[in-house]
This record gives sequence, structure tokens and C-alpha cells, in this order.
Amino acid sequence: MVVLSVRGLTKHFGEVIANDHIDLDIEEGEIHGLLGENGAGKSVLSSTIYGLYRPDKGKIFLRGKEARIQSPLDAIRLGIGMVHQHLTLVPHLAVWENIVLGREPRAVLRVDRQRALAGIEKLLEETGFRLDLTKRVVELPVGVQQRVEILKVLYRGADILILDEPTAVLTPQEVDQLISTLRRLRAQGKTIIFISHKLREVFALCDRVTVLRRGKKVGTLPIGEATFELLAEMMVGRKVFLDFPRENLRGEEVLLELSGVFTDPPGVPLREISFRLHAGEILGIAGVEGNGQSELAEVVVGLRRPRAGKILFRGKDITAHPPKTRILQGMAHIPEDRHRLGVILDFSVMENLLLGFEDQPPFRRGRMTLDLSAARAFARRKIEEFDIVTPSERTLLRFLSGGNQQKVVVARELAFEPQLLLACQPTRGLDVAATEYLRNILVEVKRRGNGVLLISADLDEIRALSDRVLVMYEGRVVGELSPESDEYHFGLLMGGKTLEVS
Amino acid sequence: MYLGLVINLSLFQAMVRMATPILFAALGGCLCERVGVVNIGLEGIMLTSAFFSVLVTYFTASPWLGFLGGLVSGIAWGCVIALLTVRFFGNQIVVGTGVNVFGLGFSAFLSQKIWGSRGASEAVQSFVPLQSLVLARIPYLGPVLNEHTFLVYLGFSLVLGLHLFLFHTPWGLRLRAVGENPQAADTAGVNVLRYKTFGVVVGSAIASLGGIFLSLAHLSFFAWGMTNGRGFIGLAAMIFGKWMPLGCFLSSLLFGFADALQMRLQALGILPPQIILLIPYVVTILVLSGFVGRAVPPARYEPYRKE
Amino acid sequence: MKYHKVPPEILAIGLAFLLGIIVLLVTGYPPFRALGALFRGAFGSRNAIGQTLTQATPILFTSLSFLMAYRAGIFNIGVEGQFLIGAFVSAFLGVSLRQVPFPFGTLFSLFGGGLGGALYALFPALLKVYLGAHEVITTMMMSYIALYLTSYLVNYPFKASGWVAQTEPVAPSALLPKILPPTQLSLAFPIALFFALFVFWFLERTVPGFAIRAVGLNPEASENRGIPVRRYQILAFVLSGFVAGVGGGGEILGVHGRFVDGFSPGYGWDGIAVSLVGRLHPLGCVLASLLFGMLRAGGMTMTRTTKVPLDLSLLIQSFVILLVAAPYFVRFLFARRRSREG
Repeated sequence: MVVLSVRGLTKHFGEVIANDHIDLDIEEGEIHGLLGENGAGKSVLSSTIYGLYRPDKGKIFLRGKEARIQSPLDAIRLGIGMVHQHLTLVPHLAVWENIVLGREPRAVLRVDRQRALAGIEKLLEETGFRLDLTKRVVELPVGVQQRVEILKVLYRGADILILDEPTAVLTPQEVDQLISTLRRLRAQGKTIIFISHKLREVFALCDRVTVLRRGKKVGTLPIGEATFELLAEMMVGRKVFLDFPRENLRGEEVLLELSGVFTDPPGVPLREISFRLHAGEILGIAGVEGNGQSELAEVVVGLRRPRAGKILFRGKDITAHPPKTRILQGMAHIPEDRHRLGVILDFSVMENLLLGFEDQPPFRRGRMTLDLSAARAFARRKIEEFDIVTPSERTLLRFLSGGNQQKVVVARELAFEPQLLLACQPTRGLDVAATEYLRNILVEVKRRGNGVLLISADLDEIRALSDRVLVMYEGRVVGELSPESDEYHFGLLMGGKTLEVS
Repeated sequence: MYLGLVINLSLFQAMVRMATPILFAALGGCLCERVGVVNIGLEGIMLTSAFFSVLVTYFTASPWLGFLGGLVSGIAWGCVIALLTVRFFGNQIVVGTGVNVFGLGFSAFLSQKIWGSRGASEAVQSFVPLQSLVLARIPYLGPVLNEHTFLVYLGFSLVLGLHLFLFHTPWGLRLRAVGENPQAADTAGVNVLRYKTFGVVVGSAIASLGGIFLSLAHLSFFAWGMTNGRGFIGLAAMIFGKWMPLGCFLSSLLFGFADALQMRLQALGILPPQIILLIPYVVTILVLSGFVGRAVPPARYEPYRKE
Repeated sequence: MKYHKVPPEILAIGLAFLLGIIVLLVTGYPPFRALGALFRGAFGSRNAIGQTLTQATPILFTSLSFLMAYRAGIFNIGVEGQFLIGAFVSAFLGVSLRQVPFPFGTLFSLFGGGLGGALYALFPALLKVYLGAHEVITTMMMSYIALYLTSYLVNYPFKASGWVAQTEPVAPSALLPKILPPTQLSLAFPIALFFALFVFWFLERTVPGFAIRAVGLNPEASENRGIPVRRYQILAFVLSGFVAGVGGGGEILGVHGRFVDGFSPGYGWDGIAVSLVGRLHPLGCVLASLLFGMLRAGGMTMTRTTKVPLDLSLLIQSFVILLVAAPYFVRFLFARRRSREG
């Protein structure tokens, strides 16, 4: 029986058509995959069903009856629950407070804590989760936080669960656990909409899958009739080559060496980080987000001082050097959060390209004046060289697409042929074309004899690009693997287990 | 011997008295900040309500109606601030500055019109201190807490009330969630706009009580600029009190002490008045720089936009 | 009328005047006579224009001061305090440096005033950058402290003989010459215009200006790219204090000739409003400060002829600030009017 369906659902954001007349039917008790690359419209569709957005056109039907969903409250009342990509928990409230928020059991005017806890305990039994309900959310690891989100949804009596990219923050083992949890829920009669861009997981879990591309629905098929290649082609619209031939171009020179680096909180403390990166190689750092990768990047860039240990760049001790010096010595950085660390949205393209170079000749003329014509010429060259789509170099960066914003970052970082490029989650949030472009750039850096330190939570990306891979867990490097190693071994290390010595 | 003139029972009584307007400002600011609105305009709200309460009392000869008048002005300002910052995403600091300038201009303008003087109003009926036989018998603490106007006791009860509200009721829970992570609250089905508005309006109303205290309890007339920065000191007290009602209470006592000390020293005429008047402001700066450091506020201050 | 093409600041000013008229009507003053007197007092004669420009000068200084800090992401609402300190230091130097001939006496005194304002701003700057103390509260406190401190100084140690709380007159060699007799307009006005140009050039065409703007818009990205954020925050704050201090000096050396207790009717607050109305652009500051100068100058005539309290200008100012704070609100009001007509 069809439990949820949409007809002609359309949603605009300004000029962008995020959902274009989508028709979809979800059967009761199935796990339905919603597949598409970044920007295809999956999140928008599910958010509209959940009442976070109001559609410009189209209708939603629940068990045959038309449903008017104006806000999440309506959706919740109809039995729809959503677990978001970016966890929506209140960090300083306790687990149980987060779960009952908005539906608090009351004793006169006060929150009835006993009843709340009792109600949640029941759910814990049903799902098989084990949680300390009184802990503050901010103290829990991300994988556990996600369970709180699922409990939140179940507490409100949801029969239809929407999960938006739930595995982005999980290790392979945790993904397995989530899959078994979801199968358990299906066995209890719940319907699940599973949104993802990861083919492997959709295959493992879903009964049927719908593919979206550029806001339109491409098709729906039972998983038995689908293959990897077919789905990938449906997602992208053409054949995709994301694999690169592996070339060993490793040189003698050690570009970057960390030896015995320790850092202190705030953040995840790093413990005894030591590794070497050679010229002509891409060294990948794998691991679930939140295991010290951000802190490692900060140490390499110079934003965080280690408590102990040394950092050597081309043989020179740069441990005490500030970011500026490192940039001038030939280090480049593509940050993981480009809006926060990479660009200034209200600066123009030209000003963003200038950022960090403004006090260097040829952009500085005299003691402190700027040579704007030199800056403009530089900007125009880079716009052409990197094929950046923008009305002019004076356009504010916030009007460029994500992919083009990232191109500005890359253009700037590579402007003066750095010896070392630190790339953090470089393709996050980019569509396939931009991802392809960026990966090519990383390989190109390697081909020119320079080095790339690639930090990514996307294991596929790490394995596709790296020559060697280090795995981080809880602030340590827990192992080195070849990119061809089995995903299972990666999963073990990422989850903190050790590999058996066989 | 000299010290005895300064440090005695009436000083501590004065401390409790002078802590009251700062407490109201701190509690009001606390509520606003917990829903994510930095209310810089507390000073202006207090000044306006100080003026309004005197105005109403002047025409009705009843300080109770004056109290109501002041409270209404606080609620009105809360609505305006909520409208501009929550509904129309206005810059909170700019709006607050506007409220402050309004307070100064409006009070002087009407004061001139009604009493012919920009500087001060005529004297009006004010609140009388209440006596409690029970308190009078408690040693040391009793006399300090006794013989205050009802507003002081209202302040104490608000501390308790706000604490219970924020940490033990469902609405307080939702309010805290709205401030800290409006997205989370929204997806849990909480009406973010409604709670933000509630926080701002009620917070402004609480702060306005401080103004009423100044003009109807502490003194019995209105003087131009009589809040003298207490709205800002209230914000400092709130930060020092870590955005908790109980913390606000304790830090307000500290600032109240500084204020009371300054008044006592002025009365004794030891130092020139201007130097003594500096004391509360210097204390505020010391507090902000010495003890608090980088205190983490409990909420996000960006306006919340739904698509 | 194409309301959506008109910048919200202009609409806000128009609305503010409208509200002012309503206030006058409600309180029983003749609105159009009052406003007529206001405009006459602002441009009605050569003297009036001189008065407007004279009032605009300190406001232009304080608005540039606020702007400089704001572009670095700093809310320096204690501009009034830096202004007062600068004024006092200028007066002190002007009185003490009797032997120094013109124009050096003037230059030293003016520069000294700027330095005074700069140092006074340095303290909250350091508190913010190294201790995380919120500058809104600290600079506000510093303003009160400046007010009482200068009041004390001019009532006791530096008081000239006589009834009025003021210092000795500044040496004639330290004064800023008047440029439009018989009005009070002095060289301070062109100096203020020069500062406006300087601030524009500094922010848009120099390396430190670029860095300050970057830090103001996104300090984390700036730090990531090697820009020393703290250094530039302090620089902007201190420059802000300098400009305010020079403004104070300009008032003393150009208008009053001595430091008088309470000489500033709140030029610091005006400056903040002007900065915001002027969209944080030096040219906008110039235009908006002329507007506010007009309000103050015309206000005096208005009060004299119609007995409307001077504070009406303060009220209109507050309306402007409130409306400028929420441009979406202004647009909303005018959009509804449009849809009713259209």
C-alpha cells in the first residue's frame, strides 16, 4: 500500500529550481532510497515533505488523503519524522531533554522527568540502543548523537522516517550498525526514506531506489533491477571517470615531516603524530570526522601550536612559524569549511584572490599602498585559467556557486606554485563535475613534483587519490595502509580496533 | 573609626536597594540573550519606563498606576525590538542604540513640555518601604533585607521564578533550545519566532521594572539620564552571572555594593563627586576583564530565517 | 513611485521626519511652523549654513571614528568618551603651549588630542583582544568615566577663575582659524572632510586597510591566510580613537577656545547614527553628518522661535537609527503601500 506520495512537487530558490515537478510513491514498510549527487534536490524534497520548506507547486498525499504540511509540527502529527544531515540537537541540553523537546510530559507546570525517562527507556528496549540519557549531547561522539536523533523521531510516534545522508559521519562498522537498526525498524512496520549519494549503502539497505538529477526525478527501480553503473549513469547523466591511474612519482625530498607532535585541548588532543610526506606523492589521512583531523590541519597550517614535537618543512623547523611565514615559504591550504576559513563572502573575487598576498609585491606598491591594477590583472588571469564562472572580478563571492567559490580558493592557493598543498575535504558539497576538476588538480600538483596532504572523511576519495594512507583515531595515527587495502581493514582502524598480525 | 562611618548596616541595606535595578536589567537581558537577542537597549528601556511611570503617577496620583504605566512601556519597547530584530532581521546593536537615544530624547522632550524643565520632573508619590516583623528579628541578615519597597522583594521572587521557569518547565526548555540551536528547535516543532518574541518582550518588561524602581522607589521624581548606565552594568552583571538567574542575583549585589558605596562616599564628601561616581564603572570594567575572560554566551545571535 | 529603487536609508529618514511631525501634533506643537523654523535655522542664511556646517564637523569626526572601528568588526560605541578625552588633551596642550607659534601650536594640540583619544581607545582594545571583554560594555563604561573624569578635572585642578566650570582659554597661537566669519565655522570642517577622504583612501587603497576590512568581515579566514587579526583589530580601534580625539580637539580649538564642562551635547551618539545612515561609507558619513548638523543647528532656531524642545532632533535621530537598523522593515512598509496603490 502506498503510504506517502507526492505529485508535481516543485520548489524554487530564487532562480534555482531545486525540485522540478517530482512525482514519487513510497510503499508502506519499505526502505526507499533517494539517490542523487550533491545538489540534485534530495534534501530539498525531504525537507519539503517534513514541512521545513513550503512547495511552490504540487501536493503531498498521506495514505491517499491530501496532506497540508506547513511546518514540522504538521509533519510530526502525521507520523513523519526526519533525521537531518547536520544533527539538530541542542548541545548543552541532556539527551533526554533533546528527545522530549516540544513534547515534554508535564506534571502541572513542571517537566515530568520520571515519565520522560520511562518513556525513553521503552524505546531503548525496542531499538536495542544503549545510552546514558542524562549526559549532555555535546559530550557524545557523533555516531551516538545520531542515535539520539533517531530516538527523537521515534518518541514522537513516527511511522515514516526520513534519514538524510546519515552515514557521512560514521565508520564502516557504525554504518553496519545503522543498517541493522534500520532493518529492525522495518521489521516493526516502519517506512524509511534513505537519502544518500553513496551507491554501496543504498544497495545494501534499500528495497527500491529513486534517482534525482538536477531537481528532476530520473526514475524509480527495485534494487534487484539496478546495477552500480546504471545508477551512477542515472545520477550523473553520462559515464563518469573518477578513477585515476596510480602513478608512483615519489621523490627523495621530504617536504613535510611531523615528529612527536602533541597538542592540548580545546579540540581533540593530538598524540605523538609522526609522519613524512615526500615530493611527488599524495598522502591521505583517513578517519571519521572528529578524530583530530581538523586539529592536525591547524598544526600544519600554523593556527595551533603543538605542546611538544617538531614540524619540518623541507628540512627547516617551522614549528614556531605563524601561518603567514608558512604561506610565504610555499605551503598552501584548502580548508574544510570554505565559508568559514577559505573565503570572505562579502569580498569580491579579486579581493579573495588577493587575500594573504596583499602585502607582497607586485600587489603592494610602496610602503603600504595597493596596486589595484596589478591585482585586477592577476584576478582576470586566474578567472580564465581556472574557468571560474563569474560576471566579473568585482562580483562578491557570495554570488558564486559552491564549485566556483572552491575554484577561487584553489586558484589563490596554487597561484605561486606551492610545494605543499594541504587539502581538507576538498570536494565536500561539490557536484560531480567540480569534484572531477578538483581531483585532477590534486593529481596535477603531484605530477609537478610537489606534495599533497589530503584529509578527507570520504574513504572512496582517499583511496582513489592517495599513494599512501594514514588512519587517524582519537588523535593518533593508528596505522598506515595501502590505498588498495580492503575497506574492512580501513574500517577496523577507523573504529579504533587494531589489525590482527597474521 | 572612619571606616565605621562608611561600612555599616545602612550600607548593606543600600547595597540591596541599588542592586535591584541592576538585577532587573540583568534578568531581563538574560532572558533576551537566552533567545539569542543582545538587548543593548536595556538602558533606554529603563529610562523610558522610569519616565513613564513618573508621568502616569503625576497625572493619576497613584504610584501603582505609574508602575503599570512603566511596565506597559517596557512591554511596548519589547514588542518594537522584537519586531525589528526577530521578525525583520534588524541589527540588534543598532536597534539597541536607537532605543537608548530615544529614551534620552523622549524623556527630555516630554519633560520640557509637561514640567517646563528638561532636567527633572516634579516630585510625585512614590512607593513606601514595607516592614516585616519576622525579618526584623533575624540577626544581621534581617535588617538588611527588611524595609524595602515591594519592588526589591519582587526582584528576589523573579530570580527564583525565572530559574524555575528556565530549568524546570517545558516552555523554559524550549526557550533555551530556541536560543542555542534554533534549527533544532524548529525541527522539533517549536515555534522559534514565537519564543524569541516572548523572550524579548518579557525580558524588556522585566528590565523596565528597574526603571520604575529608580524613579518611584529609590527617588520620587524623574531626572534626565537617571539610569546612568545601569542598563549596561546590568549586562555586565548578566555576563558575570553566566546567564543564570542565580548568578545574575549575586553579581547584581556586587554592583549594587559599588553603587551604594559611591553614594555613601559622596554623602560623606570625602572626595569630589565625579571621582566617586567613577566607582561603579571602573568596577564593571574590572569585572569584565578580570574575572570573566571569554565567557561563552548560551545562544546564537544571528536572526533566524526560515525559507 | 518606485519605492524599491530608493535606498532604505532615504526612506528611513523620510519616515523619521514623518514620525517627528506626528509627535509634534500629539504634543500640541505646531509641526509645520516648527519644521519651517528648523529648515530656516539650517540653511536660511549664510549664518545658518555656517552653523549647520559647524555642528556637522564634530559629528563627521565621530562618525568616521565609529566607521573605522566597525569595518574591523568592532562596535566602538564609546566614541563620545574618546572625543571628550581628545578635547581635554587638546585644551590642556593649547593652554600649556603658549610659547609655540601658530601653526605649530595648533598642530601639536590637535595631534595631541588625537593621541589622547587613541590611547583612551587602546585600553578597551587590549581588553577585548586579550581578555575577551565585550567592547560594547567596556567602551560604554569608559565613556561615563571620561565624562566624570573630565568634569572633575575642569571643576577642580584645571578650573579657571570664575563661576563657569571651564579651563583657561587656549593660547591664540593654538586656535583653529575661523573660515566663515561671523559664524563659528573653523578650519576644523575642512580638516574633517580631509579625514573623510583619508579614511576612504586608507580602507580601500592600502594594505592595512584591506587587512582591516578582511578581519571585520571574516576574522577566521583572515587568520587562516596569515593576517594577524589581533594586531589589526587593535589598530582599527586605536585609529578610531584617534579620529574621535581629533574631533574633540577640533571642537575646542575651533569653536570654544577652552574646555567647558558638558560642551558636547552627545556628538558621539550622533556619530554612530550618522555612520549607519551613511552605510558605513565615508561619503555617506559626510552627507549624513550634514543632515544631522542641520537637525542640531536648525533645532536651536526651532527652539528659540517655537519653544519646541531641542530634543525633538534627538527623537528624530532615534527614529532614524531604529529604521536604518531594519531595512527589511522599511521595505516592508513601503511595499505594502505600493501594493495598495498598484
